[in-house]
Formats: sequence, structure tokens, C-alpha cells
Amino acid sequence: MSDTTITANRAATETESAHHPAHPSFQRHHFESVSQQFDATNFAMWLFLLTEIMFFGGLFTSYLIMRNWYYPAFVEGSHHLSIFWGTTNTAVLITSSFTMAMSVYSAQMKQKGKLVMYLVLTFILGLAFLCIKGIEWHGEWVDHHVPGLRFSDADFLNPKLDADVYKEYHDAPLSPEMAQNTEEYFFLYFAMTGMHALHMIVGIGLLGFIIFRARQGAYTSGHVTFVENFGLYWHFVDVIWIFLYPLLYLISRHT
Amino acid sequence: MNYISPVLWQFLQHWMSNFPLFPPEASKIAPQMDALFFFMVLVSLVGLTIVILLVLSFSILYNKTRHPHATQIEGSTLLEATWTIIPLGLFLIMFVWGALLYFRVYTPPANAMNIYVVGKQWMWKVEHPGGQHEINELHVPEGVPVQLTLISQDVFHSFSIPAFRVKREAIPGRYTSVWFEATRPGTYHLFCTQYCGTNHSQMIGHVVVMTPDDYKKWLAGSTSGNSLAQNGERLFASLSCNACHNNTPDARGPNLANVYGSSITLSSGERVRVDDAFLRSAILDPSENVKQGFVPIMPTYQGQISEEGVISLVEYIKHLDSNYRIQQTLNTTQLLPSSEGQPAPSGNAAASGEVKQ
Amino acid sequence: MSTATIVSLPDQSTARVPKMNFLTRENGLLSWLLTGDHKRIATLYLISITFFFFIGGALAGLIRLELLTPQSDLLAMDTYNKVFTMHGIIMIFFFLVPSVPATLGNFLIPMMVGAKDLALPKINLLSWYLYMIAGVMAIYTMIAGGVDTGWTFTTPLSTHYLNTHVISTGLAIFVAGFSSIFTGLNFIVTIHKMRCPGMTWFRLPLFVWSNYAASILMVLGTPVLAITLVLIVLERTVGIGVFDPAKGGDPLLFQHLFWFYSHPAVYIMILPGMGVISEVVSTFSRKRVFGYTAVAFSSVAIAVFGFFVWAHHMFIMGISNYAALVFSLLTMLVAVPSAIKIFNWAFTLYKGSITFETPMLYAFGFMGLFTIGGMTGVFLGATGTDIHLTETYFIVAHFHFVMVGGMLMAFLSGIHFWWPKWTGRMYPEKISQFAAVTTFIGFNLTFFPQFILGMLGMPRRYASYPPEFQVLNVFSTAGATVLGVGYLLPILYLTWSLKYGAVAGDNPWQATGLEWMTQSPPLTENFPQIPVMDHEAYDYEWLERQQQQEVASV
Repeated sequence: MSDTTITANRAATETESAHHPAHPSFQRHHFESVSQQFDATNFAMWLFLLTEIMFFGGLFTSYLIMRNWYYPAFVEGSHHLSIFWGTTNTAVLITSSFTMAMSVYSAQMKQKGKLVMYLVLTFILGLAFLCIKGIEWHGEWVDHHVPGLRFSDADFLNPKLDADVYKEYHDAPLSPEMAQNTEEYFFLYFAMTGMHALHMIVGIGLLGFIIFRARQGAYTSGHVTFVENFGLYWHFVDVIWIFLYPLLYLISRHT
Repeated sequence: MNYISPVLWQFLQHWMSNFPLFPPEASKIAPQMDALFFFMVLVSLVGLTIVILLVLSFSILYNKTRHPHATQIEGSTLLEATWTIIPLGLFLIMFVWGALLYFRVYTPPANAMNIYVVGKQWMWKVEHPGGQHEINELHVPEGVPVQLTLISQDVFHSFSIPAFRVKREAIPGRYTSVWFEATRPGTYHLFCTQYCGTNHSQMIGHVVVMTPDDYKKWLAGSTSGNSLAQNGERLFASLSCNACHNNTPDARGPNLANVYGSSITLSSGERVRVDDAFLRSAILDPSENVKQGFVPIMPTYQGQISEEGVISLVEYIKHLDSNYRIQQTLNTTQLLPSSEGQPAPSGNAAASGEVKQ
Repeated sequence: MSTATIVSLPDQSTARVPKMNFLTRENGLLSWLLTGDHKRIATLYLISITFFFFIGGALAGLIRLELLTPQSDLLAMDTYNKVFTMHGIIMIFFFLVPSVPATLGNFLIPMMVGAKDLALPKINLLSWYLYMIAGVMAIYTMIAGGVDTGWTFTTPLSTHYLNTHVISTGLAIFVAGFSSIFTGLNFIVTIHKMRCPGMTWFRLPLFVWSNYAASILMVLGTPVLAITLVLIVLERTVGIGVFDPAKGGDPLLFQHLFWFYSHPAVYIMILPGMGVISEVVSTFSRKRVFGYTAVAFSSVAIAVFGFFVWAHHMFIMGISNYAALVFSLLTMLVAVPSAIKIFNWAFTLYKGSITFETPMLYAFGFMGLFTIGGMTGVFLGATGTDIHLTETYFIVAHFHFVMVGGMLMAFLSGIHFWWPKWTGRMYPEKISQFAAVTTFIGFNLTFFPQFILGMLGMPRRYASYPPEFQVLNVFSTAGATVLGVGYLLPILYLTWSLKYGAVAGDNPWQATGLEWMTQSPPLTENFPQIPVMDHEAYDYEWLERQQQQEVASV
């Protein structure tokens, strides 16, 4: 049996390479059709985002547990974050999601000029987000709120030290043990925003690559999969922030 | 033989001297545990025999020479249901039986005598209420329920006595407990079973079960002169706890007499039962455990008292059934040459100014 | 046993391994290192995991030698700790987790669903590179002085009390984790989106089902391990204190996060093995797997329940008694699907036409040993007996019965079964049957005494032990020697067969999977044209009709 089939197979291979139908150049050889390729890569992206949710899930769980245990420390810790910069950053990120959505739309409409423009805007907004985050982190460094490296709980033992925050919230001093636990809050703050920023940096790097390719017209000839999937990633990172922002900045805002 | 291979020789010698295949049953729970164990072994053997019989008989009946053409069978819902429901039923029996034992092992009876065990890399430190102090040894009387309260001062350890079929992890930062009632005098293995670093396998010792008479003799022979509660009393005085916890009308700390086992309301409004764990956290983390109606002025003793110190304080407070003892403590404090370099408070009025913020 | 065999090889005097196949398509190192072909990546994986298996095996040998005598004499205590830690880490993260999925799964899943490749070939290659980077880091750790945390990284021991290479190990496992995430992701996408026409979900071979279930676990579980390891590394470098009781953290939180991955991880390891057994048992009894749907859904049930049993690793750690109750109950539930599988395999033999080639012998070994391994798992899942048996050699024996007796048997069974497909040549039958029997005997001799040792209370991870446990330990070490021979033999004769083995032809086993419908070794694109699945899985009558037609047409 096998001998005959082997020769048959070989013949088949030779003919196959000859009658290869005219596929678009971006269709990878192992897919049957462009729509299958799009479906598969899109589905893969969603799955990847699922793993990302589980990845952040570990941090969110830790946050939930610690917040429950050390509620006062978490409240006062969050009072020391800048709501102004936090809100600005949220706005920046949401706008960047809008420009990202517009770039996907432009790619679908095959408008190269607009695509590049929106991508560049997204790129700039992404950088702006990171800069603002940097400003905030610098503030925490100055205030000795960086756990492990440069941390002091003086602000929480004696809230009047930080006059601005005190004026707004009139925090009562925490007990020494509880004040110590603000370090857990700031650790989670840095871990979560840091992980998020890491994702932003990866995103911005990819975005640079996409802009480069878009200028060559790679995504305006019908092959929008990559831009679309990147868009999913970008929106996902945005959504993570939409959770981080209220958890870290807002839910303890009442005075 | 010895010159051919010492290992082989040793092996044969052991072979002759009949090595153990089953651990001794030396506690009340051990036979109950073993009953479940043997039930499980039985179920496993039956299950394994069924599987082996099926595979073997089918292999013989339906091998290719005897049965050259397979009959295609789709499956059978009835059979599927059978081997879903029967194992499930058996597993549920084991679950319930196991859970009963589990609750028994980890719920000490009220009349159990309490022994404290502190684990550290790489030894077990045992504190008896009578002040007897042991390392890597545990002497217990036969026929008396003994509760162990365990804590670790560094990493996770696990206190295991195979002959009693009990085991509990000693965890840094919180008390865990386990109890047993030894039934047979003898010396048994004590192991640390949670991997705890380089000398993990040296963190072993012996549990010595003694007849009540021997135990009494042992207690008398190895006392250090002070009971654990007495040590606690001293510590209580030297840390000036009595400055506030003295049950005078203007005392700044709550009354501690008979507090153990009662329920109190915290300033957060939460009601808690005062047990060992609560006392420990109230000493180390006082401002989170303030009794309603009191001001959080007590400083934390985290890092200032060793785990043994906390244990003796807990033991002391546990046995405070009247404030007479505290008054006595006040007097002792006055007699002490100097406690922690601070002036001995005379009466309760002088106690102010000592609570550091 | 009977000498009847199912093997039908082409006429050896004229048969040749096809000149054009995925192995010969391109030559040169670069064509391998930059390949997108799932079969070549599977080959790369096969070579690398074999390498790591032998490192892990050598470490296991050292452990058994040390335990020959009660004193810690061959190895110093800290060396012993490093040896068992590296044994665990290498065997689990570098052998068991990728073993069947990354080699056989990678090789077979596209062919089984009738696709030309996995959906994301570049990601597939990336996952091999991540695996290799992780492997190099692990080996660096070993050379630089090792790590002695145990593979469980228990805090605060791993974060505050050891000064070995915890960080590089943690990062190695972090990277290896992403390798397995990408493999799992690739499988799920492929199984969902790349099935050929006619290949419905219930026509998929059970191997695909079980790999699908394992992939779900990889994709959802591994990220949690990744973030946990990041926290460990941060704890060591910056001192953040999430797991440090002195700073208000909680070491039990670490246990929860770690076991949230590491319990499902054992199902990641065993499920693909179960898939192999389904294929092998069906082929060598010429029968459709008994209760196909039950077996398929039991895989999914294991994957789902597997996520909700993690705290059974913590029964004696001071979690609340009621939490222990819930997790024990769920553990009992997860045991049921495994029982279902065992009985279905046994009944697949009923009224079959059974032959006893090497893959089938390994499969029988699997069924016996996995039954023991699974049942002893129930001993540990029941809260009461767990108190006595956990953290002793009982748990070591249980784990090895499932992982070595189960998974490794399944892996070897699969390797022998698909070897002719992979290389185009048969392995030598007699010596491999001998190796299978040797492995089985050696395995039982090694690990059965450990059940007794565990019942006696001998704690695991002990470099020295009380002398009365020696006899059983000597048995165990003797068995390990036999087992070692059992594992060395396949390496030798499989390498030999690459050149001298009989030419296998397309379908030496007369099996029904789509992978057998193409040449051996397959073409780079697997099939001359995309096949159409027009019959149920394991339809041997269809195969017979097919063969009769062929004979008639010639």
C-alpha cells in the first residue's frame, strides 16, 4: 500500500506547488484563506489577553486581601496620590484608545495618510501617559513613598507633615503598626502601575514598528489583522488602567 | 561478607532483624486514622484488582489470535453511570470519614493540657506550663489529652509525630494547634516535615510518653524553678504592663483578670473571643485590638519580646483569675532592683509618662 | 503472550523512506533554528527535553544514592537540598510540563485536525526559544552554585532565609512559563480555527481533546505562577513584604497563589498523557474508544475542577477547617473523571482484537500505575488521612506514581507509537518490549517501598533518616538502578533505528488518525492537499473498506 501512496503523494506535491492559487502576499502559507487567518490570529489575541487578565489577577487578588486587612492604611496611602495627574492620565489614555480605534478604522478604509497620523497620535499619547506616570513616581520618590528602596511612614504617623494632603483630608494619624502597612499599599501601587507601564512600553515599541510599516503601506492593502490585533492589546492595557485608577486613586477619596 | 560490600552486609543484617512495615499506634486517634487508612487500602486494592482483572481477562479473551475481528461498540451509558456513581460514592464516604477525623485532630478538647512549641531553624523548643523547657524532646503523660500550640519564629516548620498520626505546621506570625492523647508509653520519632533549609533533616527529636507517675517525677526533676506563668508574671512586671493593666478605677488599660475565654468588643465594634491568638496579636499589634472604651496608647512589643516571651505572657494572662495577682506583681515590681532601666512605678499614679507614643 | 501483530510494513527490499519529507526539505543548522514547521519544532523540543530529562534523571540517581545509607555521607546536607530542588525544578518545568504537549502535541495536533501547521508558527518557534533560554538559565543556576528552596519556593524560606540563586531560578521558571503559555495558546487557536472540512469537535481524536483541556490550564494557570515568581524576585531584591509576616504580608498568600498554578500544573502534565493512552489503546485493540464522549468530557471536567482544588496542599497549614472541608470535597470530585477514563480504557479492550506491541505494553503499565497513583491521591485528598501522610514519602510515591508511572509511561508509549511516523522507520520491537517491562519492574521496585516509608512517617526532603528506614530505602535505590536501565535503552535503540530500523510505510499500525493518512515522515505541509474528514474518529471499518478499495484499484 505504502509504496503506491508515497509516489502518489509525491506527484501530488509537485502539482500542488504548480497550481497554487493566487493568494494575497500577506496570507501565510498554512492558512486556507485570509478570513481563516484573520479569525485565528484574532482569536489568539483574545486568548493572550485572557492570560494577561490572569497575570494581573494575581495582583488584584493581593490588593483585595491586603485592602481588607489594612483598610485604614490603604485609605491614607491613596490620599497621598495625586488625583489631578491620575485623572489627566486616564483622559490621556482614553483619548489614545480613541485614536487607536480611528487608526484601525483608517486601515480598514485603506487611508494611509490618516492611518499614519492616528498611529502617531496614539504613540504621542502613550508617551505622554508614561511621562505623567514618571512625574507621579518622582513625586513618590521625593515623599519617601517607594517601598523597599526609599520608604518612611512619617507622613502617616503624623499627617500634618504633608500640609497639602492634610488640608484636604484631615487624616487622623495611624497607629505605628498600621502606618507600617502603608508600605504594602505603596508596594501594590508600584507593582500594579509598574506592570501596567511595562505593558505600555511594550505597546509603544510595537507601535513604533507599526508606524514604520504603515508608512510603507503595509496595512492599507487589505491586511489589517496586525493593526486590529494591536488595537485589541492597546484597548486591553487601557481597560486595565480603567480598573487601576478607581482602585488606587478613587475609592478612598471620601473625607 | 563485610569485606565484599559493607552496604550489602548492613542490608542483610537489617533484613534479618525484621524492619518495620507499619508505625506504632500510640495515640487515641491513631487506630481511628488507621481504620480509614485500611478502608482506603481495601478500596484501592479492590479497584486495582478490578482494573487488572479486566485488562488481563480481555487481553486473554480478545487477543488477535483468538479474536481476529474486533466488534465495534459505541459505549454504554449504563456502564458509564456505574463507574461514575460507585467511585463517587466511595470517595464521598472517604471524604466524610476523613473530615470527621480532621475536625477531631484539630479541635482540642477543653480540658487538654497545653504545651507550647516554638520552631526555629533547626530545632524545636518546647515550653511546658510548669516552666520545664526542652529542645527536640517532648515529654507527655499517657492518657491525658495534650494540646500543642505551635508557632515558628522564622520559616514554616511542621511538627510531625508519626506514631500519633498527627502533624501540624508551625507558621511564622500565628498560632496553630493540634492535640493528641498518648496511649502507650515509649519513645517515638518527632520530625520536622516541612522543608526548612539546610539542616531540615536534623530537625528531629523524640516524643517520650510516660506513665502518669513517671511523668510527675520527670516534671519535678526538670523544672527550672519558675512556671511559665511565673516567667510571664516577671515579664509582665519588667515591661511595666501593670502600669496600665491594673484594674484601678482610672486604669488606662482593660482589666485582664478572667479575660481569657471571654468575648469582648473592640473599638472597631467587632466582637472577638479572647484566645491565645488574640492575646498574641493584642501584645504585638495593640492598636488594632483596642477594647471598646479605651484609648490606643499601648505601644507595640513587636521585635521586643521573643516568641517564648509572648508565650509566657499569654500563659500568665490565661491564668489570671483575680486582680490579686496583679497587685502582687505591682509589689514585686517595687522589689525588683531595676526593670528595663525605668523607675519602678509606685502605685498606679506614677505609671503615667511611660507609654511611649 | 501471543505473537500476533498488527504491524504491516511495506516490502523491505523495495521500500524506501520518502526522499522528500519535512526532515530533508531544507538542510543546515539555520533551516532548523529559523523553522516555522511544527514538526521540526517538535523535533527540537524532543531533543532538548530528552537532554533535560537526563540531567533530572542523573540528579534523581544522586538522591537515591545518598539515601542508600541513613547518614548524610555521599552528599553534604546543603548539596542534597540543592540536588532535590534542581531535580524537581528540571523534571517539572523542563520535562513534564512540555513533554507530551510540546513534542507529540506539537508534532501531531496539526496533522490530527488536518491542518498544514499550527495557527501561529512563529509563536511556536518563539516558545521553543523561550524554553531554551529558560533552560540555559536553569543550567547557569546549577553551575553557579544551585538553589535549595525546593521546587515549591516556600516563603519566607525562599525570600529571607536562603542565599542561593533563587532569583535566577525564579526568572528561569518565569520564562519557561511563557513558553508553555504560548504553546497552549497555539493549540487552542489551532483546534478552534484550523480543523479541516468535516472535522467536527466530536470527530477529533481524544489526544486532541486532552491536549485542548491541558492548554486551557496552561493559558489560565501559568500567568498566575508568573506573577507569583515576579513577587518572589521583588521580595528578594527590593524587600517589598507581601509575603513577609514581619511587614504585614502573609506567607499563606504565597501558598495560595503558587498552588493556584501548581495544582492545575499536574493536570497539565497528566492530561496529554491520557490522550496518548486513548490513541494507543484504541489502535492496538482495533476498536473505537469505549464511551468517546465520556472520555472527551472527562478531560474537560478535570481541567475545570482542577482549578478549584489547590488548597488541598495546605490542609495542615492552618487554613480554616471549613475551607479544608470544601477543598477536600472538590478534590474528591476531580478524582471521578480519572476513574471514568481508566474504566473506559479497560472496556475498550472488550471484544477487541488485541496485540501487544511496545506502545500497548507501556499503556498497560500506565493503566496499572495510574490507578495506584490516582487512588493514593484520594488518601491525600481526604482531610483526615492527609494529616498523617502529607509531607512524607507517601506523597513522594503518590506523585511519582502519577507523574513517572503515569506520564512518563504515556510519553514513552507515545514516542514508540509515533516514532515510525516521525522518522519513517520502526524501532526494534523485541528490545523495546524488554525495555518496557524493565521500566515497569524498576518503577514498582523504586516507588512502592516509598508508600510504606511514608506510612511509617519518613519525611520527604531528608538527607539523613533514622536507620530503621534503611531496608526500604535500599530497595528503592535498587529499583532506581533498574529504572535507569529502562530509560537508557530507548535512547540507544531509538537512535540506532534512525538508520537501521525497518522502513515503516505510511500506516504501520493500521491506525485511523489523519496523521497516518500521509507519508512517513510527513511533508512539510503535512498533506498533499487538505484532507476531508468523512468518518468518525477510530472508525476501523472505514479503514478496512478504504484498504480494500485500494487493493481493488491496483
